[in-house]
Amino acid sequence: MATATQYRVIGTRPIRPDGYGKVTGKDQYGADVILPGMLYCKVLRSPHPHAIIKAIDVSKALALPGVMAVVTGDDLPRIESSEKVSSGEETIEARFMTALCLAQDKVYFKGQPVAAVAATSLATAQEALSLIEVEYEPLPVVDDVLEAMKEDAPLLHGDLYTESLAGKGSKPSNIAGRVEHARGDVDKGMAEADVVIEREFRTQMVHQGYIEPTNSTAYVAPDGRITIWTSTQGAWDIRNQVATILQIPEGMIRVIPMEIGGGFGGKFTAYLDPVVVLLSQKTGRPVKAVMTRAEVFQATGPSSGTYIRLKIGAKRDGTLVAADAFMVYDAGAFPGSPVGGASVTGLSPYNIPNFKILGFDVVTNRPRVKAYRAPGATAIAFAVETVLDEIAERLGIDPVDLRLKNAVGPGDRMTNGVPYPSIGFRELLTAVKEHPHYNAPLEGKWVGRGFAAGFWMNGSGVSTVHLTFNTDGTVNLIEGSTDIGGTRATMAQIVAEELWLEMEEVKPMVGDTQIVGFNDGTGGSRTTYSTGVAVWKACQNAIAEFKVRAARMLEVDAEEIVFEAGDFKVKGHPDRSVNIREVIRNLRHTGGHFEAVGVSGGLKMAPAFGASLVDLAVDPETGKVEILRWTQFQDVGKAIHPSYVEGQLQGGAAQGIGWALYEEYIFRDGHMLNPTFLDYRLPTALDLPMIDTCIIEVPASDGPYGVRGVGEVSIVPPPAAIANAIYRATGVRMNELPMTSERVWRAMSQRQSRVEQEAS
Amino acid sequence: MKPFEYVAARTIDEAVEALASSKGPAKPLAGGTDLVVQLNEGRITLDRVVDIGRIPELKRVDVDAQGQLRLGAAAPCVDVYSHLNVQRLFPMLVDSASIIGSVQVQSRASIGGNLCNASPSGDSIPTLICLGAQAVIQGPSGRRVVPVEEFCTGPGQTVLQPAELVVEIVVPAPGENEGGKYLRFIPRNEMDIAVVGVGSWIRWEPQSGRITDARIALGAVAPTPVRAPEAEAALIGKEVSWDVIDEASRLAVNAARPISDVRGSAEYRRHLVSVLVRRTLLAALERAGVDVKDLGGEAYAG
Amino acid sequence: MLGKVVVRAVLNGQECEFLADPRQTLLEVLREELHLTGTKEGCGNGNCGACTVIVNGRPVNSCLMLAVQAQDAVIETVEGLARGSKLHPLQQVFLEEAALQCGICTPGFLMAAKALLDVNPDPTEAEVRHYLAGNLCRCTGYDKIVRAVLKAAQVLREESEKAAEVSA
Repeated sequence: MATATQYRVIGTRPIRPDGYGKVTGKDQYGADVILPGMLYCKVLRSPHPHAIIKAIDVSKALALPGVMAVVTGDDLPRIESSEKVSSGEETIEARFMTALCLAQDKVYFKGQPVAAVAATSLATAQEALSLIEVEYEPLPVVDDVLEAMKEDAPLLHGDLYTESLAGKGSKPSNIAGRVEHARGDVDKGMAEADVVIEREFRTQMVHQGYIEPTNSTAYVAPDGRITIWTSTQGAWDIRNQVATILQIPEGMIRVIPMEIGGGFGGKFTAYLDPVVVLLSQKTGRPVKAVMTRAEVFQATGPSSGTYIRLKIGAKRDGTLVAADAFMVYDAGAFPGSPVGGASVTGLSPYNIPNFKILGFDVVTNRPRVKAYRAPGATAIAFAVETVLDEIAERLGIDPVDLRLKNAVGPGDRMTNGVPYPSIGFRELLTAVKEHPHYNAPLEGKWVGRGFAAGFWMNGSGVSTVHLTFNTDGTVNLIEGSTDIGGTRATMAQIVAEELWLEMEEVKPMVGDTQIVGFNDGTGGSRTTYSTGVAVWKACQNAIAEFKVRAARMLEVDAEEIVFEAGDFKVKGHPDRSVNIREVIRNLRHTGGHFEAVGVSGGLKMAPAFGASLVDLAVDPETGKVEILRWTQFQDVGKAIHPSYVEGQLQGGAAQGIGWALYEEYIFRDGHMLNPTFLDYRLPTALDLPMIDTCIIEVPASDGPYGVRGVGEVSIVPPPAAIANAIYRATGVRMNELPMTSERVWRAMSQRQSRVEQEAS
Repeated sequence: MKPFEYVAARTIDEAVEALASSKGPAKPLAGGTDLVVQLNEGRITLDRVVDIGRIPELKRVDVDAQGQLRLGAAAPCVDVYSHLNVQRLFPMLVDSASIIGSVQVQSRASIGGNLCNASPSGDSIPTLICLGAQAVIQGPSGRRVVPVEEFCTGPGQTVLQPAELVVEIVVPAPGENEGGKYLRFIPRNEMDIAVVGVGSWIRWEPQSGRITDARIALGAVAPTPVRAPEAEAALIGKEVSWDVIDEASRLAVNAARPISDVRGSAEYRRHLVSVLVRRTLLAALERAGVDVKDLGGEAYAG
Repeated sequence: MLGKVVVRAVLNGQECEFLADPRQTLLEVLREELHLTGTKEGCGNGNCGACTVIVNGRPVNSCLMLAVQAQDAVIETVEGLARGSKLHPLQQVFLEEAALQCGICTPGFLMAAKALLDVNPDPTEAEVRHYLAGNLCRCTGYDKIVRAVLKAAQVLREESEKAAEVSA
């Protein structure tokens, strides 16, 4: 891999090549697809959180002029096996995917699709929904994880047995899975501790909140070939899911990933794609579906709500000696919460000789959860990082020093026993201590400064890229990784760096499943890392062939050619050289055109550590929190395009702030009461200050330039940092997310009455 | 959504006629920022929508020589809060008009629409009540005038009879030594519906330092915006002091009959009433020319 | 009478005429009938600003306006922002400052920001944040967007100063 520390293009901030289409409104996102003769699809959804479907009568809807087809769960194959399909950072049983597209016999959450209509206009499709008659038999609802775990709780699935290392449970349960990690002897460790803090935490379901609603358009040709235009993080995931749900060979399906309006883990799932394919099969016309915001909230996957009980013990000098974590993650209607991710992130940043982590994946009558930026990590970090803050305070140790004392380094082990490769946690903590923000005075009543750290493993996976060459000396880069936030620019920078071209000479694009080789989706912070490796390899492959071609042009053997600063030179004859652009222009005459391919896979883990530092003020009368200053720290390995790296840090921090202060699904008996951007509150520009960033570059063990994935970890520490700052400002420890004004006010009032009681 | 008929009225009479002659339910459409959402989400079904946004009379914002404000019912919020005489004479109305939705919403949403939507949390209504505003209503049997305070009868319910519409809101000219302030509490800093909204208005006598009149109106704590008579009574005739303000802010809670919902619990809402009454009273006094810094206490004026 | 209505308006400087079902919002007609898909839909009820267009000089949520209400209106959408292939300074600065990630909110932000700078050529950071509070962005944390709008304001001021010098 490149060892030079001086780069021409890496580390600069070129304009992203795809930006022009975005600022002019010309780029096509999924919902922008308009095809000749296209029909509009609307989906009828269950008003019940749990019910048996007794009968569906679609005849009146079909009779409405303009309605071309109606489909129900009966139109989908029944999958009895426990076959799994890939959906980004997780796999899910195909039969549950089917149920997320169209319910068969039973509904498990409010908003689950029951039928779908294709009509000549949106208004007609909408009107037709009201003409479909469904007879339901409502069933008892369980919408709380702790309730769902009880022996006598209503069961969602008669055939769901708890899975754990010990095997399968003996009777049906809402507890779908149990994960466990342990080291040492927790009881002994706690006994040795000078201070032990035990706290309970609650967090609520939150949504990725991508601004572009879920959408899909499909056309099925008379020969059965299927084309799908959709906004997805993983075109190959969608192809796999559609193929499995509809029992159609993958080769019949082409998925064209359109520009995508945000995903954050939530756009790997074929919620609409199989439905519009069915409707197109029935009508022979293209069919487009776009969810409303209320549908997005209620029928796509948010992130889990959680219940966490955490106990940590430390010695007087701050050495952590024991930890005991009990975690319950809400999966929603079907198994698959990110409790596994939680079990290997929360405590992994610290060397703790004795710990026990027990986690449960529990089903409830709520929307089935999906990945959301560092899935599982934020809730457990909220617990761990606030308890550590309390320990630091109890022991009179600076909170950053406490973490430095216990921080993991290369070779230390994660909670699952996997040793860390190169990591930069200690360097990051040192950077926090030295940062002007950490050392700035903060004065006044009702203000406080809070700090918290966070960890995410980062993914790698498989990427394939192709380089092709133009007769003007420029290069086309075809990748298959969905570009959600500037990765076409980043990948083009790698090509420009390696081939000594200018950015403008590299033409990046995202290909579809039929244009480029297999790619895992854009998730798990993997694109810059793993697709970057594929690009780097493709460049090396191209250079190898260019040497052969240059040798022909220079009439020497290829072994005599070296590539230096954009020129292919004859060893020992610096005056005999040909520039790479000349080589590219002459490919036709030196042996013909070719394509350079790069494939990555099996890379070492390149984990990310981040931290948040916040100053805030609390209105003592209302409990309302105002963020005054924010700095987001992260070890990024190497920032290829620093602007977009900063953007990932800022965006993750903003989402973390929303999670901390405003965002939550509010349920009553399985009904979400706030499915709008009015009452599910994303932070606005007026709720945030400028978000400063501090980028630390500790090279990763593998991959080009030492780069690490940067997308996810920034969401992990903000809620804990805010909770710690609220404590400094008010004296109350918050243990529930979001920390709404009312919850902060309530905690402050309770503290006030305790203080008054103690005084009297 | 069922198809509906769209009628663009050119005059008030045409609008009344169009509403009256509709076979099924009909509604006037001003900016549309509430009605279009209600239609789209299927919360209401109409046979006819009568666009009153093209009637010149209904778009005007006039302050006459005496200082009386005549506000066309369909005038968008931006025209209200950008109007120099409104800013000078009715700063309390600017408080309300400038926080109804986003700037995009304020380009179209009107004070008349906010009133007719009759949401318990409508940000303009406590202000209009405090300012003694009157709603001018026109219908098939002519014109009538109703004080804004009596206009709302329940959530989404008003005194409007079939085919009647509000054409104008009249706000009396302000007098000497008066001031009013509207504040709401919301979780974010913009874009939210009021958890509680409070308007406070006072008149005082600088010579004696006494409050001679007071009106306090509370939003989002009852089926309609309501006055807080006990709190008002505790102010009138009293010399301005911290204790009097504090007492009024505590008594105002008695007028609140809040519910618990996704935006806040009843308990929190009652607490917010007292906080906002104190803050709005201090700001209103300041606008009336009282030097509130002299009052002592912990002043949170905004 | 039921049925479609003929609407005449000026759209991005061009007179135009279209048929609208009274149920259709301006957003739906722009996108699905006129194929101007640069204006995006994020929520459909005025809470995200992705559909912001400028009508008669003012920013509006095109999802909250019936298409039939656009009779005789002057409408500007993101497609009308550039002059030929020359980007508007807001567009150029958004690119230079990396003020977009996924880009779905960008057209709405550009139009809201243009409406702001049309009436307030020299806004403070607080004024920018206040004016843009009706536009949600989930990717950027707004930092780079706010910086870009402030910088574009400066570019526009410099441009108009230059133009004033030339004309003087």
